[in-house]
Amino acid sequence: MSTVVVSTSAALGRPCLFNDESPSRVGTTIGCPVERSSTGHLLSTINGRKIPSASITRASRLEIRPAPEMVTSGIDALDALTGGLPRGCLSELCGPASSGRTSIMLAALAAATRRGEYCALIDANDTLDPQSIAAAGVDLDHLLWVRCGEHTSQNSQPKQNGCPTSRTPSVREVGIFPTTAFEFDRTKPRAFEHRLEQVLRATDLLLESGGFGLIVLDLADLPPQAARRIPLTTWFRFRRAIENKPTILLAIEQQPIAGSCSSLLLQLGTAKNDIGHGNEPGDEPAAKQRKNAAHGVSRGSNAEEDQAPKGRKKICAGDALDSPPSHAHLLTGLAINAELTRSRLERKPARSVIFETKTAWAG
Amino acid sequence: MPFACIYVPNFSVAAALRAEPELAMRPLAILEGQPPLEKILAVNGKASDLGIAPGMSKAQGELCMELALRLRSPLQESSAHAALLDCAQSFSPCVEDSACDTVLLDLAGMESLLGSLPEIARAIFERAAALELKAHIAVASNPDAAVIAARGFSGVTVIPAGKEADHLSPLPAKVLLDDRLQADQKEEADRLFETLDRWGIRNLRALAALPQIALSERLGQQGLLLQQLARGAASRTLIPVEVPLIFEEAVELEHPIVLLEPLAFLLNRLLEQICTRLGSRALATQELRLTLELSNLTGVEDDFENVGIPSESDGTNGLMWGQPPKPALSAVEDAVRRSEAPHFGRQTKFIRKLSLPLPMLDAKVFLKLLQLDLNAHPPGAPIVKIHLAAEPARPRSTQGGLFLPPAPEPEKLELTLARIAGIVGEHKVGALELLDTHHPEGFRMRRFVAEVARKTPQKKTPDSTEAQAAITALRRFRPPLRANVRLENGQPVHLICRRKDVQGDVLWKAGPWRFSGDWWERVAWSRDEWDLALRNGEAVSFYRLVHDLLGGSWFVEGTYD
Repeated sequence: MSTVVVSTSAALGRPCLFNDESPSRVGTTIGCPVERSSTGHLLSTINGRKIPSASITRASRLEIRPAPEMVTSGIDALDALTGGLPRGCLSELCGPASSGRTSIMLAALAAATRRGEYCALIDANDTLDPQSIAAAGVDLDHLLWVRCGEHTSQNSQPKQNGCPTSRTPSVREVGIFPTTAFEFDRTKPRAFEHRLEQVLRATDLLLESGGFGLIVLDLADLPPQAARRIPLTTWFRFRRAIENKPTILLAIEQQPIAGSCSSLLLQLGTAKNDIGHGNEPGDEPAAKQRKNAAHGVSRGSNAEEDQAPKGRKKICAGDALDSPPSHAHLLTGLAINAELTRSRLERKPARSVIFETKTAWAG
Repeated sequence: MPFACIYVPNFSVAAALRAEPELAMRPLAILEGQPPLEKILAVNGKASDLGIAPGMSKAQGELCMELALRLRSPLQESSAHAALLDCAQSFSPCVEDSACDTVLLDLAGMESLLGSLPEIARAIFERAAALELKAHIAVASNPDAAVIAARGFSGVTVIPAGKEADHLSPLPAKVLLDDRLQADQKEEADRLFETLDRWGIRNLRALAALPQIALSERLGQQGLLLQQLARGAASRTLIPVEVPLIFEEAVELEHPIVLLEPLAFLLNRLLEQICTRLGSRALATQELRLTLELSNLTGVEDDFENVGIPSESDGTNGLMWGQPPKPALSAVEDAVRRSEAPHFGRQTKFIRKLSLPLPMLDAKVFLKLLQLDLNAHPPGAPIVKIHLAAEPARPRSTQGGLFLPPAPEPEKLELTLARIAGIVGEHKVGALELLDTHHPEGFRMRRFVAEVARKTPQKKTPDSTEAQAAITALRRFRPPLRANVRLENGQPVHLICRRKDVQGDVLWKAGPWRFSGDWWERVAWSRDEWDLALRNGEAVSFYRLVHDLLGGSWFVEGTYD
């Protein structure tokens, strides 16, 4: 069997050998003298050290990478735009707050659990809302939730305004919130580092474990400068770990951070709206025309009851209120603009689609 | 009807070697008795070559520098005996527990299942070796012949039916003497064998050749019984026992262990023994209980029993938000109990319970899980004794289908979850379970279990088009962000918050929606919710603002996304 050294910088400077070429084409790598060892193997010498060559297949003979299987994202409009989410690939959903990232994430989780797959959500900031995920139709038995963040200490003194409280709170003080709870300082860079470390280690372990249909990395509440600290090699490792596996790795973030490692990149944003553009807050006619904050307007008591959340008690309108009651409005959903920025499957100009989400109580 | 006998010679030594296999290369003596009057009970071959014999005192044994001395451990012997019974039970349901070192089993009908008698005997020998017991195996057509052959011949012996007398004839007459007789019975038996010895009866051939009537006249019925045994003609029925499903292993340490790494070696050995025993009974385990006896350095005399890895059965598996798990021993209780028990030199027990979601039988997985658990909850004192018990369970019988969606492998998943729990915290990984409450954080974490084909995937129905519509999800801030709100006509118009992106004039609002609950309990809650739109750079973001009506504070609970 003869081997040929091709001048290439690939394979970390090692000479690349093709198995079926004639010996006359033996050459040298750039800057690396090549010699034949006593056993007949070619060796390259770099800085006086002999490095055994690695045999690889020529690029022209590489198998064509099969197109990944696409599965539904749970939103028809998105599926029409992207063809779905690719298995064995990394997909990114980027956008600012209220751009529909979580809605798409929950829809994808719901679709995956409907298929009977097991899913994992690595929640960097512990932001998952149980009611939302239940309303989205996610099978909770099939979802592993990893809540990253600070370890809560049982013996830590509760603080109020940064000072520990010494007295026992009365019944009235014990409200819906831990009013004396320690507020996590989100501006501390070390806190983000800690969370990032947790996220990456947990992701590594879950990818290594295998068997999950969808693994979601929720980095949406991490500031972009913190999320960008994830080395590109980590994303390459993640991509390599899920290659040729039926797992979908979905990253939710504010800005794209995985670079060319992601096979699908969706940029999300709210559809064009007129809030704050010359309309006063509470301006009723303007509110009627809003797109991104679809809401109902009071049409009498019956209409109010129709649009009221189930199980919610509505306060009486007009009780010592001069302005129109604000519960005449209802946040029924968001209009989301999804732009396909990158797709490994097709090279076409960026396209976008607009779809609407609806709140759980909007019927 | 064939019977097999499994006999472990020198049982005390075998039990000690099972716990410490490295002692097999050294001369070993087992001590018995109260200090300082310990005497050597049994020795292995190497010790015997050095001149050490049973009955010598400990001081005499200590004169030999190479000799390893171990105190007789009833726990180790009972574990070895249980392993012996497991070995027998794995071949036949009809097992007689003849003595602590001897087990008889009925092999009737087993040939069609397990092969010929020599094959069965070889398989029993190998199974016993896997359980770290060097046993003698003998198969004969009656139980007593099998016992005598097992006591007399090492290795595997198969006596064809009708050839018992021929096979047993070269054995010495002393093989009929039971080692474990009571003192008075032993004295009588010694007299009997002394008589036989005076007659020149040295082996079973000579005993079998004696005339029956003359023997009966001189030694009575006892003599006739001995002759029948020597001919291999005695017959009796087995007394089968129901072997209890107790899987426990223990090891007592000569020197206390301080580090977890050497502990892992010992745990590995115990786990492998337990898994082999469980495997021989076609069982798995769903719960492991590790008890460490600690050398008391601080004067505490306590049984520290903690919940370990939470299980679904106990109530500590999940917790509501804001309710930390109840500690196994609170600091106050600990202090009180420390002050009440100032006994130095006593030992404490440290117990860890490892509950598994599914029955498993993988010693490596168990070891890793125990290591992770002990890393998270170190014993806190040197370990002098290790006791490991496994609760038997039926093994998993679910088979993965070719066309079913993939699911994580349970053993791998359990390890992964334990590792992640070590990273993010014990109660911060698992499956979410909604509670029957209107409380906005009404959920708890429970153990995540991935079982293949536990649920069939839902078929797409016409109603599932409903699920295709995306839900506007809330992203919760945990804990909620404290906010200062400027009101006009009772409605929020401006928000000031610690986060710069969550403040400014309110562009749009909806609400308030009033919620309250748990007024009958101490943790009553009542609040008004507002949905707000705030400008966030170029875009508009939507938030949920909450007014705590009991505390009077305002919070931003989350953002709609």
